[in-house]
Amino acid sequence: MSDSSVRLQEIRALIAAHKRWDIIFGVVGLLALMVGVLTFAALFIEMVIQGLPRLSWDFFTSFPSRKPDQAGILSAWIGSILVMVVTALAAVPLGVGAAVYLEEYAPKNWMTDLIEINVTNLAGVPSIIYGLLALGLFVYQFGLGQSILTAGLTLALLILPVVIVTTREAIRSIPGAIREGAYALGATKWQTTSDHILPYARGGILTGVIIGMSRAIGETAPVITIGALTFIAFLPPAPVQGEFPFLSFEWIMSPFTVMPIQMFNWTSRPEAAFQQNAAAAGLVLVIMTLSMNALAIYLRYRLRKKIKW
Amino acid sequence: MVAVAMPEALPGTSPAPVPLPKAETRDLSFFYGTFRALQNIDMAIHERRVTALIGPSGCGKSTFLRCFNRMHDLYPGNRYEGEIRLFPDDTNLLDPHVDPIEVRMRISMVFQKANPFPKSIFENVAYGLRVRGVKRRVTLDEKVEEALRDAALWDEVKDRLGQLAFNLSGGQQQRLCIARALATDPEMLLFDEPTSALDPIATASIEELITELKNRVTILIVTHNMQQAARVSDYTAYMYLGRLIEFGRTDAIFIKPMRKETEDYITGRFG
Repeated sequence: MSDSSVRLQEIRALIAAHKRWDIIFGVVGLLALMVGVLTFAALFIEMVIQGLPRLSWDFFTSFPSRKPDQAGILSAWIGSILVMVVTALAAVPLGVGAAVYLEEYAPKNWMTDLIEINVTNLAGVPSIIYGLLALGLFVYQFGLGQSILTAGLTLALLILPVVIVTTREAIRSIPGAIREGAYALGATKWQTTSDHILPYARGGILTGVIIGMSRAIGETAPVITIGALTFIAFLPPAPVQGEFPFLSFEWIMSPFTVMPIQMFNWTSRPEAAFQQNAAAAGLVLVIMTLSMNALAIYLRYRLRKKIKW
Repeated sequence: MVAVAMPEALPGTSPAPVPLPKAETRDLSFFYGTFRALQNIDMAIHERRVTALIGPSGCGKSTFLRCFNRMHDLYPGNRYEGEIRLFPDDTNLLDPHVDPIEVRMRISMVFQKANPFPKSIFENVAYGLRVRGVKRRVTLDEKVEEALRDAALWDEVKDRLGQLAFNLSGGQQQRLCIARALATDPEMLLFDEPTSALDPIATASIEELITELKNRVTILIVTHNMQQAARVSDYTAYMYLGRLIEFGRTDAIFIKPMRKETEDYITGRFG
């Protein structure tokens, strides 16, 4: 009788000793998590406190100025949006095309294995390298100048690996039975791709593109390398015009600036008032990025819900 | 090697006229890479009859079935040897000059697990027609209705053709896949264990459907359910380890198999 109660006490002591480690790891893990979360929260709150008072309608509709209280981000946010349009138009067809080719068309051999490894590695190349490449290729070789087009194409190259990888994942999540079903009815590769693979992978592709774009919109180094101006007090020619032919593509060759460069410019000024402007611009940029990511999550959720495998 | 039970050899059954062959395999072998999954199979598929392929798992019956619509061409490293002759035009389906797409346009397939596209019921059935370039709405409507009626699904879905096919039950989805395969008027229909994922009631309705369909199309069906083979088929082939062990009329095979291996499998002593 007493024997078994001694045994029971031993077991309880053992469990208590082991459970101490549960608590210790719980605390360590929580600390590790908090370092990351709190640092971001502190940065964000600091930015809000500094920048929020500067956020006004005028801030969005004014050009940069030497007087900090009159300076705004008009040329920067319009520049960012126009560059993103070019980036999307270039990265989507190139990335999706490459991914579809690799998944559905390419023969499986050492060559495609090599390409696969390289595409994944490209995502890890520092962005300034893309800037240097673009300076040599787009600016000097193709003579595209320090334009919105050059910036858009550079950032498209930068996010291409992200688009390719996410598109391939989306394509791979389509069950083989669906492919076989289409082929069994006599569909060609292209019919299978355009009628089934692309529509069903749409959600994943869109998510990848948006996540890539949210990375591109914050990129500074490659855009500076190709020679974006830091002070621009005019807008590119409007894409839509009042007279025939209504659409104009002149803007594509226009000099420009983007949000992160405007921020960079302001943070390098000595006056404290410009630091406030930088914080306000940073706040706008973070909100743009976060809302793009939120849109990606929402779209993934919506389109996934419709298609269950 | 292959024992063939002649219909006349069986007393007590009325000698049915021997139907024409729709297809014949001649010395058919198949390789997954270096693994030989089928060994020199000679077999006839009779026109407008149901031929069942039975045998234990891994015996090559699905592999054999998927040779008929060149499904193996989709994956690298696969190789056919021998011929599959399709009549009346006597085309060798395995000839490298014959486009697998042409073969699949003549021979339809229904898979083990219902695989409707994540599209509407209508678009699922119409897809085979769209692949063939049919664009006229009237023709599509007509053909889709006809196929759904043939698959005994029309009454259940006629009011919701625009709904997503995934909303149908498992049995309905499989009948939808049959309708999809029928819409293009195939010469031959391949079934790869079509009821293995279905409950007994849905299974019964599919079996009934197969029995009705044989009046207009040649059917080849893989099944691991011997009662099913006995119920729906006119001819049965027993396969083991990539070989065709016995082929003959279903009643002959089930009542009086000629080979001991077949008898052991059918009576459940093996497999």
